[in-house]
Amino acid sequence: MSLTSIDLSPIFLTLKLAGLTTVVLLLVGTPVSWWLSRTQRRWKPAVEAVVALPLVLPPTVLGFYLLLAFGPQGWIGAPWQQLTGSALSFTFTGLVIASVLYSLPFVVQPLQGTFEAIGHKPLEAAACLRASPVDAFFSICVPMAVRGYVTAAVLGFAHTLGEFGVVLMVGGSIPGKTLVLSISIYEHVESLDYATAHALSAGLLAFSFVVLLAVYVVNRRFRYRIA
Amino acid sequence: MTALTTRIQLPREGFYFSVDLEAVASGITAVFGPSGSGKTTLLHCISGLERGATGFVGFGERVWHDSAQRIFVPPHRRDIAMVFQEPRLFQHLNVNANLNYGLKRTPPTGRRIAANKVIDLLGIGGLLARKPASLSLGEQQRVAIGRALLASPRLLLMDEPLASLDIRRKREILPFLRKLPAEFDIPVIYVSHAISELYQLADWVVLLNEGKVVAQGGIRDVFSRLDLFDYLEEQTGAVLETRVLGHEPEYELTLLGVDDEKLYIPKRDIRVGEALRIYVLASNVSLAIALPQAPTSVLNILEGRVLEVGRPNEKRHSLLVKVDIAGQALLARITQKSLANLALVPGMKVYAYIKAVSLDEHLV
Amino acid sequence: MWHNLSMRMVVFFLLCVNSATVVASDVHAGVAANFATTFKVLKSRFEMETGYTIIESRGSSGKLYAQIRQGAPFDVFLSADAALPLRLENEGLAVKGSRFSYALGRLVLWSATDKNVAHGEAVLRRGAFRHLALANPKIAPYGAAAKQALVTMDLWEIVQGNVVYGENVAQTYQFVATANAELGFVALAQVLSKSNAAATRVWEVPQTYYQPIRQDAVVLNRAKHNRAATQFMRFLKQPAVREVIEQTGYGVP
Repeated sequence: MSLTSIDLSPIFLTLKLAGLTTVVLLLVGTPVSWWLSRTQRRWKPAVEAVVALPLVLPPTVLGFYLLLAFGPQGWIGAPWQQLTGSALSFTFTGLVIASVLYSLPFVVQPLQGTFEAIGHKPLEAAACLRASPVDAFFSICVPMAVRGYVTAAVLGFAHTLGEFGVVLMVGGSIPGKTLVLSISIYEHVESLDYATAHALSAGLLAFSFVVLLAVYVVNRRFRYRIA
Repeated sequence: MTALTTRIQLPREGFYFSVDLEAVASGITAVFGPSGSGKTTLLHCISGLERGATGFVGFGERVWHDSAQRIFVPPHRRDIAMVFQEPRLFQHLNVNANLNYGLKRTPPTGRRIAANKVIDLLGIGGLLARKPASLSLGEQQRVAIGRALLASPRLLLMDEPLASLDIRRKREILPFLRKLPAEFDIPVIYVSHAISELYQLADWVVLLNEGKVVAQGGIRDVFSRLDLFDYLEEQTGAVLETRVLGHEPEYELTLLGVDDEKLYIPKRDIRVGEALRIYVLASNVSLAIALPQAPTSVLNILEGRVLEVGRPNEKRHSLLVKVDIAGQALLARITQKSLANLALVPGMKVYAYIKAVSLDEHLV
Repeated sequence: MWHNLSMRMVVFFLLCVNSATVVASDVHAGVAANFATTFKVLKSRFEMETGYTIIESRGSSGKLYAQIRQGAPFDVFLSADAALPLRLENEGLAVKGSRFSYALGRLVLWSATDKNVAHGEAVLRRGAFRHLALANPKIAPYGAAAKQALVTMDLWEIVQGNVVYGENVAQTYQFVATANAELGFVALAQVLSKSNAAATRVWEVPQTYYQPIRQDAVVLNRAKHNRAATQFMRFLKQPAVREVIEQTGYGVP
């Protein structure tokens, strides 16, 4: 089986999904992890536990509940339908939302750790130099948290790349829209086309390894430069 | 003169912080007290970093905090700048960017302080391109002070800025701090637990203990009060304003004048004619009712008059006697037995014996 | 007290160990997911009649096939199609001559909400739905049958924009049951296993529209001499059992 005869659209779709999901994850994960790193409230552990749920739950559990929630009567699907006039299940948008929930702990946890390590001292210093909290956050915290952001982005991206169970449940395997790489591999395995499955799997394996390796190398460099 | 009003209550672990303070904000006001006395809490209430307090904080016309009116101005809109115990430089920015951080956030019309003047005075011109991590602690703290100044604050708060530095670094920065208010016309609230720092810097002093103001006033007045003996203990002493009369290099001594009286101290590099404040520990001062009959090793014998005799301290063996030396107060710590032997009463003429070696500035 | 408690624990352990050995001995069946509900009925009946115990591994036929090739300890394999058991036989992994069709799948168009689905072809032709679910034709027999039916009705090209694929017929059922897809091609057995109300919102696809979904069973090599396994295969062919299979939504050959 040569690579040229394999349909590559799932690969591009997967990269697009992982990329977009990562962007949304960073946007959503930043305030959540920031809040978690600062708050002393009693229900902080509850929020932390909810965010961490995808780490322990089988993806099918999340996928099943998302399938219910995305439905026309579901608590996400119904308002979404009202707002946009279109459904969430079996759409690329639906996959992005599902992936964001699914990969949230992989972004929130490293960011929260980074923000906690930065502590309140640099922000107090900034506040006493005429910087508003938002200003201080972007001028001090974000640049200081670069390593955390790189780690979070890569983990979120890589985790979304490999996502299977959730996509299987809410995706509907539509070529070009929701047929991502992991599903495509699964279908090739199921239809006993092991050669193609192998080619795609090996590709995904190698790609994931290279991405992670790059991060660890960059992180190392970065640490030395700061020190 | 702008006044800083602070009437604040705040429950703290171990004590109830309750301060009512009206400070004339000019020059350096020192806030002195042992660790845990609420000094930093007071600064945080003034800066707005502490939001949990009830009460009132006002600076001049402006109300910064009034819990009754639900007014709370956050730190970045209080026109203040703060220097912390640790430099707290922004590690990802170089020295120049650190210096400019507050400056960039100050409206152009409010920029009263020239960057080159600060940089020259602090001697940090050679560091501008470097990252904070490559600087010594002393250099970092100088940059932190410069950074705060360049934000052109109306009030500068300093929270033990020298506490994390060794003696050499301290001496490197102290002269600069002394020049601050006059050079830049910024009132400073300076928190410290070290008398050695604040007697040289401050004109006005507030003593805190367990969250309460114990005493406040001009520095010479506060440190000549007899009733603070139990509070200051071994550190009890008096501040003398002197002028340098000359040096005796062959003996490594400097001669000071307190009006007509003369005083030797270990040599200091200060030009003749300049003013110098010294702190004389009460336990280093002996009293006699006559000049010595034979030569003595004590170089300094100052003539004065007893102003006040204090009560014995908690341990009951010693007490303070306040003596007027050429118009300035000096404290002597003597035993009850000596008091009985000399029969000291206010108005009596006495001689204060002070060993020159005890006036080494490092001993305070 | 302590003595009593530890005695009880010993008894409990013995019971556990004992029952485990019993379970390990009889028939281990790999069962296609769509047949699971019917299988449950058959299993208890077989166990009652013979005293043998069956353990069941449920999954898509393709996955079960792959597991068998990797040495999974199955005695019999009840596939959702005819191809995989034949393939196992050709590969020398199944007992020659043991292969037979135990059921014929019946394809229905089903909706969780819309009674009009009974009009079947007309509803499909009108196209007033956003999503039509079917099992992936490439990997699921019911999906292949659904595609054939759509091609037969000349609808395959028309519905393309609205089709969503389940990985198997069970997942396709899920899409429809949760109303994420308004309609879907599923197995009649699935619909019957739920409620009577569900059975009113179906249209059975005429069997001429698609090639029969022959579901074959086969005895695997390791069970060549397993009498329980042989007896279970005979059991599946009994008229009374075929009747049960029929009642639960399958055809019988």
